[in-house]
Amino acid sequence: MSRRVARLLLAPAVLVVLALLPELGFGLGSVLPGPLSSPGTLQLLALSLLFAGVALSYDLLFGYTGLLSFGHALYFATGVYVANIAVTDWHWGFAEACLVAGAAGLLLAVVVGSISLRTSGIAFAMVTLAFAQAGAIVIQKNPHSWTGGEQGLGYDYTRIPGAFVGVVNTRNLYWLALGYAAAVYLVVGWAVRSSPGHVWQAIRENERRVEVLGLRTRGYKLLSFVLGSFLATVGGIVYLLVVGGSDMSVTAPDFTLAMLVMVVLGGSGTLWGPLLGGFLYTYANQRLVAVGGSHAVQSLPGFLRTPLSQPLFVLGVLFILVVFFLPGGIVGIGARGRSGAHGLSRVGSSLRARVHGGAEDPA
Amino acid sequence: MSTVVLLTITGLGLGAMYFLVASGLSLIYGLMGVLNFAHGAFITVGAYGAWFAETKLSGIGSVPLRFLAASVVGLAAGTCFATLVELVLIRPLYLRHIEQVLVTVGVSLATVALVEGIWGSDPKFYVLPPWFSGTTTVAGAYIPNDRWIEIAAAAAVLVGLLTFLRFTRYGLIIRAGVENRAMVTALGIDVKRAFTLVFALGGLAAALAGVLSGIYFTSITPERGTSLLIFAFIVIVIGGLGSIKGSAVASAAVALTQQYVNYYSTGIGDLSVVLLLAIVLLARPAQLAGRTA
Amino acid sequence: MSSAPRPLLEVRDLHVDLGGAHVLQGVSFDVPAGGITALLGRNGVGKTTTLRGVLGLVPRRGQVVLAGERIDREATHRIVRRGVGYVPEDRDVFAGLTVAENLRLAARNGSARYDLVHDLFPELEERARQRAGTLSGGQQQMVAIARALLNPNRLLLIDEPTKGLAPALVSEVAGLLERIAAAETALLVEQNLAVVRRLASSIVVLDQGRVVHVGTAADLDDEALVHRLLGVGHAA
Repeated sequence: MSRRVARLLLAPAVLVVLALLPELGFGLGSVLPGPLSSPGTLQLLALSLLFAGVALSYDLLFGYTGLLSFGHALYFATGVYVANIAVTDWHWGFAEACLVAGAAGLLLAVVVGSISLRTSGIAFAMVTLAFAQAGAIVIQKNPHSWTGGEQGLGYDYTRIPGAFVGVVNTRNLYWLALGYAAAVYLVVGWAVRSSPGHVWQAIRENERRVEVLGLRTRGYKLLSFVLGSFLATVGGIVYLLVVGGSDMSVTAPDFTLAMLVMVVLGGSGTLWGPLLGGFLYTYANQRLVAVGGSHAVQSLPGFLRTPLSQPLFVLGVLFILVVFFLPGGIVGIGARGRSGAHGLSRVGSSLRARVHGGAEDPA
Repeated sequence: MSTVVLLTITGLGLGAMYFLVASGLSLIYGLMGVLNFAHGAFITVGAYGAWFAETKLSGIGSVPLRFLAASVVGLAAGTCFATLVELVLIRPLYLRHIEQVLVTVGVSLATVALVEGIWGSDPKFYVLPPWFSGTTTVAGAYIPNDRWIEIAAAAAVLVGLLTFLRFTRYGLIIRAGVENRAMVTALGIDVKRAFTLVFALGGLAAALAGVLSGIYFTSITPERGTSLLIFAFIVIVIGGLGSIKGSAVASAAVALTQQYVNYYSTGIGDLSVVLLLAIVLLARPAQLAGRTA
Repeated sequence: MSSAPRPLLEVRDLHVDLGGAHVLQGVSFDVPAGGITALLGRNGVGKTTTLRGVLGLVPRRGQVVLAGERIDREATHRIVRRGVGYVPEDRDVFAGLTVAENLRLAARNGSARYDLVHDLFPELEERARQRAGTLSGGQQQMVAIARALLNPNRLLLIDEPTKGLAPALVSEVAGLLERIAAAETALLVEQNLAVVRRLASSIVVLDQGRVVHVGTAADLDDEALVHRLLGVGHAA
């Protein structure tokens, strides 16, 4: 079988395998909390798949268009909170709640995106961070007691479709998350191969050149921004279902930074990279706590045991190592010198502050 | 009237901490082009270093002496940590700005997680000299005494930094480097030493902010550094990068705005300064081009 | 019969990529010790990039040899410390620093020649405490040149020193460069051909990132040549 055919069949094959997982009754030792068909395991896998998709939605901006956004969490949180508020506080039906959440995410992305994209580079990163922070503050303030503030907001399960409620239906949530990740893969994959997609990647390489060609880069960047953010909003709705409520952890600055870690770990500028990175990061974050409590780790000397039982420490260190030694991320291990490996430095060159007189103009 | 005095002095106390964080951040970005997310980690290391030292020193000498010694340890810890980060992680990535920023993100995540792992996420408390928790009456307002400490510390650092920048050779190199780093190297000067120096100075000031935050907020937590960092970003954008005087003025402005607006509606003050950041950047994106003190 | 002395600067096959454009495509030339070598060419051919490439201010490939030693692998500040002075195209004085501070920053070791500099530029001594950003273009040019002269350098890289200056100042700067040329070696990028004819002993002409002509200043009397290479004047 030629490599080309193998690559084409990879995604559907993975999809089929993943779809069949809940049917399998065996476990994977301490890698998973229980056998594959158990709710605990399926919950963990569902969350990991969900964030795989969200990470890819982020990489559409970062890895493909070269937009360093520190505010992606805002759109995710919009999905998580608006859908919940509509159902639980306003007593709407689920379908309408999803629509209004999607619309809110879209609108917010268009407005905030248009404003933020008036800047670029580090300034853009800071503006997006500012808006995400503003959103977090609004949620914390708990206007009209809608958001639940620090306590978070559980959802009114009577208004959620029965198929997604209850421990017995965890496998449905798993398939929903899988479906979401697959959908993001398809949408982003199609988008980056389309002609706006080529423009995005050209913008990432050298925005000036694209402008010189007569294209209005702002419109293209906004398109990428809105699409990625909307996908994140949809992910937020899925999160609401998988987790059963809204909480403020999705608004923390650490959350957006986590997405950055996910895509770089996996391999920015590729389709599989962010999926892998999002999946592994989420899995590790959840699972390392349990592994940390395991016998093997507890028997280590104190100075090793403490750091290793902290998932974010392990992930942080891993992240630093990847940045140094594996700029292409995990998927870049096989393919040296492909877009992923250069993705970081290309994003970097378009972000480089012009302060330092490192002129790039020939005389 | 007494409310105004209280709000103002409390605001200046908060602004003092912002300044301590922002000054280092400002120099680092202005000179090196690195948006240092690890600065929050420097704050945390300083705060916990001092706390840890204080627990180890318990019973020895008087409370003020213990606290002073513990603070010195915290400052040393923050400075050494910052220097190490620069030498080991930042310097090898010279000119690769995006990787440098990413690495600081990794340091931030790992450090906070490590601190949480060692000491847990519950707040920790300093044993403070009794005078700190007393109040002084000014124009009818009861001002908590710790505010004076914060303001004095920030003022000292401000004067110290300005003097350093104005009168020493490295200060000259830093001021020039913030304007045009390439030209500084074209004059035969190795800027890399200046880089390590600003990281060390930044770490020192941040550690001091960490210790003071344990006084101002009455406790220290692992996430304190990250939350202070956001406001420091706002300050450096408004105050202009590489500008110490700008950071000082902006710190006061941001903190006072927060205090006053929060007084009328909690949380809206925070919201307004965050939006102020966006407004300034949109109105003047060139704010992110460096200038000197 | 003695062999010709080794050139002070030898550039071999210098390549520079900037922003995706292959600006220098194998530039090779020599700068003989003593006197001024002029680097000429139309706008955008890579003259400034060549100077910056020699100094390592832009990433480059190729060989650069200074007084017999290779410098193309060295960091900029080390190259400069070997005795290279640089007067950049846009002066690049530090606007926030005073004139005196600009000079002090440039002083490399105890042998800074403040007397020489104050002799050549008395106005700078008067304005020592003035912020360089408030100086006129001509005054900033003086600071830029003074900076390069402050230390005893073996080689000066000077980029369009007369650009944007009033004719009287152009004359003054040219006279200054003449005095410098008597004592030190310089590689001079200059568009003003009158100045070049006056000062340069040898010329190197670039076109589209390559050297297309090497000769002496006398070649500039050939109008056809000048028109062909530099696009100025009339064809014969």
